[in-house]
Amino acid sequence: MNVNAPLRLKDGAGKFFKELLTLFLTFLKIGIVCFGGGYTMIALIERDVVEKKKWLTTEEMMDILAVAESTPGPISMNTATYVGTKRAGFLGALACTLGTALPSFLIIFAISFFIEEFESLTYVGYAFRGIRVAVLVLIFNAVLKMFKNVEKGVFTVCVMIAVLLVCLLTDFYVIYTLLICAAIGIVYNFSVRAVRYTRGYKKQ
Amino acid sequence: MIYLTLFWTFFKIGLFTIGGGYAMIPLINSEVIRNGWLNESQLLDFIAISESTPGAFAINIATFVGTSAAGFFGAVCATLGVIAPSLLIIFLIAKLFRKLTEKTIVKDAFFALRPAVVGLIGYAFLTLTMQVIFGGAEIHDPNSFQNVDFWAIGIFFVLFILSKMHFKVPRFRQKHPQVKEYRRVTLHPVFIILLSAVMGILVYGVILR
Repeated sequence: MNVNAPLRLKDGAGKFFKELLTLFLTFLKIGIVCFGGGYTMIALIERDVVEKKKWLTTEEMMDILAVAESTPGPISMNTATYVGTKRAGFLGALACTLGTALPSFLIIFAISFFIEEFESLTYVGYAFRGIRVAVLVLIFNAVLKMFKNVEKGVFTVCVMIAVLLVCLLTDFYVIYTLLICAAIGIVYNFSVRAVRYTRGYKKQ
Repeated sequence: MIYLTLFWTFFKIGLFTIGGGYAMIPLINSEVIRNGWLNESQLLDFIAISESTPGAFAINIATFVGTSAAGFFGAVCATLGVIAPSLLIIFLIAKLFRKLTEKTIVKDAFFALRPAVVGLIGYAFLTLTMQVIFGGAEIHDPNSFQNVDFWAIGIFFVLFILSKMHFKVPRFRQKHPQVKEYRRVTLHPVFIILLSAVMGILVYGVILR
C-alpha cells in the first residue's frame, strides 16, 4: 500500500490551509447528501475521494471499512478521520470529521424546533420514499464495485458467502465475525505458505 | 453542569457503539431516559425522522438530544462528545496503519477481511431491500412477502440503469480545437439521489394518489 506522507504546516501555511479547506469542502458535500448513513457514503467516497481526488485506492477503502466496522463510532466518521489523517495529519482529520458532521448537525438542529410539523409534510415523505430506493441503488453499486476489486478465489468467495449467511441467519456481533475472519485469514495464508514450503522442500 | 454531562454521556455512547448506527439505540435509551432528556415515544419518533435526514444516525441523535436538553450549546457538546472517540481512535490507527500494513500477519488478516466486508455490505443491502421494496418482509419467511412495492422495483431499475450509463460530454479544455473531443462520464451519486426524490414525489404523490 503506497501512502504518501501527510502534508504539514511547515510545508507552507498557504498550501496546508488550502488542503484543509479542500478536505473540509469535499466531506461537507458528502455529509449533505449522505442519506441512510454510512453505506451510502461508500458510493460517494468511491466517486469523489477514490476516482476524482485519488486520495485512496479502492483496496485501501475496503481495508478502512473493515477497520471502521470493528472500531467504535459511525462508519462515515471513521472513514473521514482516516482520509483526513492521511492527507494532513490531525488537523486534516478534524477538518474532514467536522465537514461530515456539520450538515446533519445544522439540519437536525433546525428540525428539532418544528419536529411535529416536519412529520406531517406529506410531499417530503413521498420524496424520501424515492430517496430510500436511490440509497438501495448506491449500496448495490458499492457492493458490485467492491466485489470486482476482491481477489477472486475459492477462499475469498467462501468467506463472502459465510459472512453473508452468518449475518442473515444469526444475531452474531459484527465485530466478532470480523475478528474470526481475520484469524481465519492468518491461519489460511500461513498454511498455504507451509504447504508450499514443504512441497518445495520435497522436490529438492 | 449540563454541558459537561452531555459531552461525557455521548462520549461514552460513542466509545461503546461498535459497528455504528443502530447498535447505539439500547445505550441511548438507557442513558438519555435516565437523565430525563427525552421520553421513550419522543425517541422513537426521532429515530423515524433520522432515517429521512442526511448524516450518520449517531450525529443526528446527539444533536437532537443536545438541543432538547440544553439548546444550541447542548447540541454542540453532545455532537462533539459522540465524534471525539472515533476521531481519536481512528487518528491513532491511521498513524500506525502504514507500518502495520507492511507486516505479513496484517496482510493475511486483510486478505480475509476484504471479502468479509463485501459480505457485510451485501447483508446491509438485503435487509434494506426487505424494508424498502418488500414492506418489511422476513427473508426466511415466504409468507411475509405480501406488501411488495412494485413501483419501488421500477424506480430501482430505472435508477440502476441510469447510474451505469456512460454519457458523452464535450471536453472543457480542448487540446485540439479542430477535433471535438469527448469524455465518458457516469452520473454523480448526488444526481441519482435528487432524481429519486423527484421520482418519489411523482410516483407516490401524483400517480398513486
